Amino acid sequence: MAVMTYLEAIRETLRQELRRDDRMIIYGEDVGVRGGVFRVTEGLQAEFGEDRVIDSPLAEAAIVGTAIGAAINGLRPVPEIEFADFIFPAINQIVQEAARIRYRSNGDFGVPLVIRAPFGGGVHGALYHSQSVEALFAHVPGLKVVIPGTPYDAKGLLASAIQDEDPVLYFEHKAAYRSLKGEVPDERYLIPIGKADVKRQGKDLSIITYGLMVSYAQRAAETLEKEGISVEIVDLRSVRPLDVEAILETAKKTGKVLIVHEDNLTGGIGGEVSALIAEHALFYLDAPIMRLAGPDVPAMPYSPPLEHAFMVTPDKIAEAARKLAKF
Amino acid sequence: MAETVRMPQLGESVTEGTIGQWLKKVGDTVEKYESLLEVLTDKVNAEVPSPVAGTVSKILVEEGTTVAIGTPICEIAVEGEETPTATAEAAPVSAVAASDSGTAAAEPGTQPAALDNAHRGRYSPAVRRLAQETGINPAAVQGTGAGGRVTRNDILSAAEHSQKQTEMVTVTSEVSPPPTAPQATSVPPVAISGAAAVVEDADTLVPVTNVRKVIAERMVRSKQTVPHAWLMVEADVTGLVALRERLKDEFKTREGVSLTYMPFMLRAVVEALRAVPVINAQWNGDSIVMKKRINIGMAAATDRGLIVPVIKDADQKNIVGLAKASQDLVQRARTGRLTMDDLTGGTFTVDNTGAVGTVLTYPIINAPEVAIVTMESIVKRPVVVGDMIAIRSMVNICLSFDHRVVDGAEAGQFVGAVKKHLESLTPQTSIY
Amino acid sequence: MTPEFQKDIYYHMALARAVDDRMWILNRQGRAPVVYSSNGHEAAQVGSAFALNRGEDWIVPYYRDLALVLAYGMTPREVMLHLLGKAEDPNSGGRQMPAHWGLHRRHIMTTGSVVATQDIHAAGLALASKVLKDGRVSVAYFGEGSTSQGEFHEALNFASVHKLPVIFFCENNGYAISVPARKQMAVMDVAARAAGYGMPGVIVDGNDPLKVYEVTKLARERALAGDGPTLIEAKTYRFVPHSSDDDDRVYRSREEVAEWKKRDPLVTFEKYLLDNQILSSEELAAMQQKIKDAVNDATDYAEKAALPDPSTLGLYVYHQ
Repeated sequence: MAVMTYLEAIRETLRQELRRDDRMIIYGEDVGVRGGVFRVTEGLQAEFGEDRVIDSPLAEAAIVGTAIGAAINGLRPVPEIEFADFIFPAINQIVQEAARIRYRSNGDFGVPLVIRAPFGGGVHGALYHSQSVEALFAHVPGLKVVIPGTPYDAKGLLASAIQDEDPVLYFEHKAAYRSLKGEVPDERYLIPIGKADVKRQGKDLSIITYGLMVSYAQRAAETLEKEGISVEIVDLRSVRPLDVEAILETAKKTGKVLIVHEDNLTGGIGGEVSALIAEHALFYLDAPIMRLAGPDVPAMPYSPPLEHAFMVTPDKIAEAARKLAKF
Repeated sequence: MAETVRMPQLGESVTEGTIGQWLKKVGDTVEKYESLLEVLTDKVNAEVPSPVAGTVSKILVEEGTTVAIGTPICEIAVEGEETPTATAEAAPVSAVAASDSGTAAAEPGTQPAALDNAHRGRYSPAVRRLAQETGINPAAVQGTGAGGRVTRNDILSAAEHSQKQTEMVTVTSEVSPPPTAPQATSVPPVAISGAAAVVEDADTLVPVTNVRKVIAERMVRSKQTVPHAWLMVEADVTGLVALRERLKDEFKTREGVSLTYMPFMLRAVVEALRAVPVINAQWNGDSIVMKKRINIGMAAATDRGLIVPVIKDADQKNIVGLAKASQDLVQRARTGRLTMDDLTGGTFTVDNTGAVGTVLTYPIINAPEVAIVTMESIVKRPVVVGDMIAIRSMVNICLSFDHRVVDGAEAGQFVGAVKKHLESLTPQTSIY
Repeated sequence: MTPEFQKDIYYHMALARAVDDRMWILNRQGRAPVVYSSNGHEAAQVGSAFALNRGEDWIVPYYRDLALVLAYGMTPREVMLHLLGKAEDPNSGGRQMPAHWGLHRRHIMTTGSVVATQDIHAAGLALASKVLKDGRVSVAYFGEGSTSQGEFHEALNFASVHKLPVIFFCENNGYAISVPARKQMAVMDVAARAAGYGMPGVIVDGNDPLKVYEVTKLARERALAGDGPTLIEAKTYRFVPHSSDDDDRVYRSREEVAEWKKRDPLVTFEKYLLDNQILSSEELAAMQQKIKDAVNDATDYAEKAALPDPSTLGLYVYHQ
C-alpha cells in the first residue's frame, strides 16, 4: 500500500489496466508523448507503444466517435477529453450515439467505453477550463457518470468503469489531482458504480456531495465538530446511477440534508437528490432540504475575487451547515 | 393596532376549547370571516373564523393546548400595520441574490433573533411523525431550533425522557406513588391512572388522537362521577316489523331515505320522555335542571371515533321527519361535515346498539344528561302469547340512568312507556 | 468475375427493387408509416458490397442503403419486420424508424438519424482493426449532403492521419432531400475533397455495378495494405422522392427524372447480362419468380409477427 495523489492513483490504474487487458487503448489530445496536459498519462506511451496510447487529432467528436466504433469492434477504449469544457463538440457522439446504441439496437450492440475528462474550477481556468458538466450527462439514460472524491475511490471506480459494458463518463477534479493524497492498495480492486460511500458518520445533519467537494465537506465537518455539530458526509461517487438507498438512509438518519456541488445550482444533481428525498423521506425531514452550489452564471470567471466568489469552499460549506444545524 | 382573538364559546355547555390546528401562521394574512383555526370541543374540530381582516402577528396558544373560553389565543394586526415577522419572511431568497459570497445557496429562511418564537408551532414532517409515534405533544416541548422551533431532536429527547418516566413508574408503583412528570402537559389530563401498559418488543404503539382523548376523558368522567344504574325490558315489535316491511319500499321511493327502525324508536322515546319528564333532565349539583326542549342525541360510529349528533326538537317531528333528520346526521357525521350546533344541546341519548348485533348492552351516560337508552337487535323468538307459544319479533330495550336524579320506579315507567309505544304499532299504523 | 458472381449481383439489385416496391405499396395502403428507398442506388450499393468480405468487414450504412444491407446478408423478412416495427425486428426490435439499419450478426453497424456521425464510427471500427490486426475493412456509406457536416471532415482526417483500413463511400444522387449538390458544396465533386486529407478520391459511375465493384475492391486492398482510407464518390440518382412523405415534383423536373431513368441500373445491367448471354431469359424468369416469392413470404411473415410488448420498453438501457 502506497500513499498516492489522486492523479497518481488514476495513472497507476490506467497502467494496471493496460497491462491486464490487451484490448484497452488510450487516446486523446496530448496523451502520448506529452503524457497529458496534467501528466495523467505520463510514461504510458513509452511502456505500451503508439498503437495503444495514441495522440489523436484535435477533434473531440472524432475522439469519442472513433472510440464508439473501436469499442464495437472489440477494443476497450479509454479516450481522454483534455478538459471537460471541450466535451461539447462530442455531445452528439456521447448522447445520441454512445448512450443510445444499446437501446436502439435492442441489445444487439453495446459500447464499453470510458471517457475521462478533468473538470472543475478553483485553478484560474476561467470559463472554458473550469466547468462542471456532470448534470448534463446525468440526465441521459444509457450513460453512467462517476466522479471520485479520493485517491482510493479514483482507482476502484476507474477499474470498474473500464470493466463496465456501457459508456461511462469519468470526471476527475483538476484541483484534486495533486492536493488529495491517500493510501491506495497496489492490487486491483473494484468499487461498484452506483454505490455511494459514507465518508463520515454524524447525527445532526447530512452533507451529500461528490468530487472535490467531499474533501471540502470533510474540512467543514472538522470545524463544525469543534462547535458541537455532528456532520455525516455521503460521497455519491456516481451521479448516474444515483445510490437512492444511501441518499434516503442518511436523510432519514439525520433529518437535515445539505447537498453540495460545484456545478450550477439550477438543474444540478442537487435537484435530483432533493426530489428523491422529498418523494421518499418526507416524514423524516426536520428542515428544508438545502443546496449549496455554484451560482447560476454561465461559467467560472477568471479574476481571483470573481473565481473565489463562484467557488464552493470549506468555509461556505461550514456556514451553510451551521445554518441548517441551527434550524 | 392588534386585535386580540379569544377562545370562543362553542356550544352552551362548553367551558374550554382545545386548539386543534392553526390554519394561519404568524405572518399570514387573513380575511375577515376566513377560517383562522380549528378548535376541538365536543369530539369535533370546528373552524373558527377570523373576526377581522389583517395579518396574524402572534399566536398565543399552541396546537393541542386547552384553554378556558375567553382566553386570548392570538393577535391579528389589522390592515396597514407593519408586522415584523411578515417582513422578515418576505425577504428575497433568490439563489444568487441571497448569497453575499456569490455561491448559490438555497437555504431555509432563518429568523433574526428578535423574532425568537416565529417558528414555534411550525412542525417539520419529522416532528409530526415522531410526535404521532411517541405520543409526545410537540406543543408541550420546549423548542431549541431557530425561532423556537421544536426540532426532531427535541421530540426524541422528550420521548426518551418520557420513556424513563414510564419505566420508573413501572418499577416503583408498588412502593411509592408515581412521580408526576414535570412536563407542561397541555392536553386535558385524562384520569387514566392505575395499571401502566406493558410494552414489549413486538407490540405497536398507536398514538392517541385528540378525538380519542376527548372520548376517553368524557367516558372516565361519566363513569367516575355518575352513579350508573341499569335495567332492561323486552318489547314485542312484531307489529313494527310488519309495518316497516309494508312501507319500506314505498317510503324509500317517496322520501328518498330508507325506513329503518330508528325513527320508530325515537318516536317511542319522545313519547316516553313526555310521560316521564325527569328522564329529560340534567344534574346540576344542588338542583336538577328539567329540560324543556327534547333534543335527542344519537350515538354514531365514525372513522374518527364515537360522535353523538343531536336531533333538535325531536318531539316536533313525525316518523318521516325523524327518519330524514337521523339519516342526515349520520351521513354528515361519517363525512366529517357536522357543525358545532349538530353536536351540542342534547338532553337525552339513544344508542342503536342493535345495529352491531347485540341483544344486551350497558351504555355509559352522556353526562350531564341523566339517562341513555339502547335499542338492541330485533330477533324472532318463541314467546308465550295467551298460553300459546308464538314466534314473535322481540327487542330488548336497555337503560342506564343517573341514580342521583332518577330512581328505579321512574326508570321503569320510562322504559315501560317506550315498550308500550313500540308494541302499539300495527301494520296499519299511519306514519304521517 | 464469374457469370455466377454477376448474376448474384443482379439478383440482389432486383431483390432490393422488389422489396422497395412492396414497401411503397404497404405505405400507400396505410400499413407502413414511412419508407426510405434505395430505388436507383442499387448498382452502387450492391456493387460495393460485393467487393467486401461480406459479414466480416464492417459496413456502416445510412438510411438509403436497403440494397446494401440485403446484399450484405439481411433477409427480406428482417427488412419487413423492421419496416412494420415488429418485436422480431433484428435491427432495433421495433424501436427505430424504418431504414435505421443495424445487424451485429452480419457486421452491419447500428445507425442513428444524425447524418455523418457514422463516418466516425467507421474510422473507429477500423482503428480497432488496425490495433487488433483482424483483417477487417470498414466502409462508411453516406449521401453527399452529409459531407457538409464537421464529422465527415473529422472522420476522414482521423482515418487518414492514422492510416486506418476504412473506405468512405459517398452515394451522390445530387439532392439532400430537396437541396441540390451545388448548394451543398462549392466544388463539383465530393471526391475532390479527398486531396485535403491526403487520401485518393475516386469518382465512379454509380449506376454501373461492375465499375463500382472494381473501385471498391481496389480501395479495400489499399486499406488492407496499411495505405489508409479511400474516398469513393458514386454518381447516381434516386428515382423516387426522399421518403414516402416527400414530394420531389417541387424540386426536380420530370424531364430530369426521365433522363436518369434511361440509365436505370436494373434495366441496363439486366440488358448487359442478357446481351452477353451471362443470364438466359429462362434464368431471369426463374429469378424473378424467386424474388416474388421471397417478397411475398417476407410481407406475410412480418405482417403476422407480433408487435413488441410494452413491458419491454425499459429493456437494454444498460447491459443486462
